[in-house]
Amino acid sequence: MNNAKTRKIPGTTLFDSEMARKGYALNKMCFSFNSAACREAFLQDEDAYCTQYGLNAEQREAIRQRNVLGLLAAGGNAYYLAKFVGIFGLDMQDIGAQQTGMSKEAFIAKLAAYAK
Amino acid sequence: MARIIGGITTSHVPAIGRALAKELQQTPYWKPFFDGFLPVHDWLARNKPDIAVVFYNDHGLNFFLDKMPTFAIGAAAEYHNADEGWGLPELAPHQGDEDLSWHLIDALVEAEFDLTTCQEMLVDHAFALPLELLWPEGPCPVRTVPICINTVQFPLPSAARCYKLGQAVGRAIEAWESDARVVVIGTGGLSHQLEGERAGFINKEFDQMFMEKLVSDPLWATRYSIPDLVELTGTQGVELVMWLATRGALLGDVAKIHSNYHIPISNTAAGLMLMENA
Repeated sequence: MNNAKTRKIPGTTLFDSEMARKGYALNKMCFSFNSAACREAFLQDEDAYCTQYGLNAEQREAIRQRNVLGLLAAGGNAYYLAKFVGIFGLDMQDIGAQQTGMSKEAFIAKLAAYAK
Repeated sequence: MARIIGGITTSHVPAIGRALAKELQQTPYWKPFFDGFLPVHDWLARNKPDIAVVFYNDHGLNFFLDKMPTFAIGAAAEYHNADEGWGLPELAPHQGDEDLSWHLIDALVEAEFDLTTCQEMLVDHAFALPLELLWPEGPCPVRTVPICINTVQFPLPSAARCYKLGQAVGRAIEAWESDARVVVIGTGGLSHQLEGERAGFINKEFDQMFMEKLVSDPLWATRYSIPDLVELTGTQGVELVMWLATRGALLGDVAKIHSNYHIPISNTAAGLMLMENA
């Protein structure tokens, strides 16, 4: 039960060795977005920037679509992806809403409802 | 010998940095969170620690997947914050305590905790924001020693292992030839999950039990594996291992001096506890 590979948690992917290997290029690109100059370079020419980091077709498509679930499936790690989505001014409620298929208002209400 | 005067555990969320930058502390959304710290401010003013040892997790500022230590410790004279990707104002640098850092490194490796030692180390919101919350008047009056626990790449160290790391840190501080007064701080949790179809998951019942047991029966949470804790508290809720390390460092029995629990701050159930050795 302690093995991240065999454990299934609904709606959750553990960032294990398989994901760490699969997502390395994508995560490395997202890590670069700590730097404002790199964020600017990405916005100037997304395709060239993805090529520079060696993203595969699945990763490039998910980046193009700003699709967080797609980025996770392609090996993205939440902590690095947070830097990518920040480029577009999206906060964690925007991202939560996108991943759960809810409106942002409904997602915020869902969070607040846990207080009760 | 140095003395551990207490432990403080708190959540950390980048949005707190935004709230501080925009001075939103007294707005209805933030007030229940920020006001929770007032009794801790009084306690810190009365007890005046010299040094804070801070357990936290890096979110991809200092460490990347190219080199990902399970446990890392700072051994620098000063620790700087930097842009984490969102262009927020850089938080003030924090003074280190190299003597305590190297004493801990010697003692912890001796105790079979083989940490990565860092003479340069950027500290992210998880380290810097809680210190701003604890000492909002600034500048931060304590010297610091950061201890970073990996919560990015699985396998993560187990809850039991993190508790034992805390115990080893506590024993090492108490054996340190110094008259310093040390507060131990742990930042992370409580329940939250940022990613996947289960994003927005919170578990109030578990969090409240965890806070209660942290005082009375800290081994309670160490029965859970990391995947268990992810299931119960979310992919980032697992950061509660920082609270276990802090509790471990207090050694022996503790008394709860203050606690606060508020849902939500951003996507997070925010917890705060102040404990003293009983």
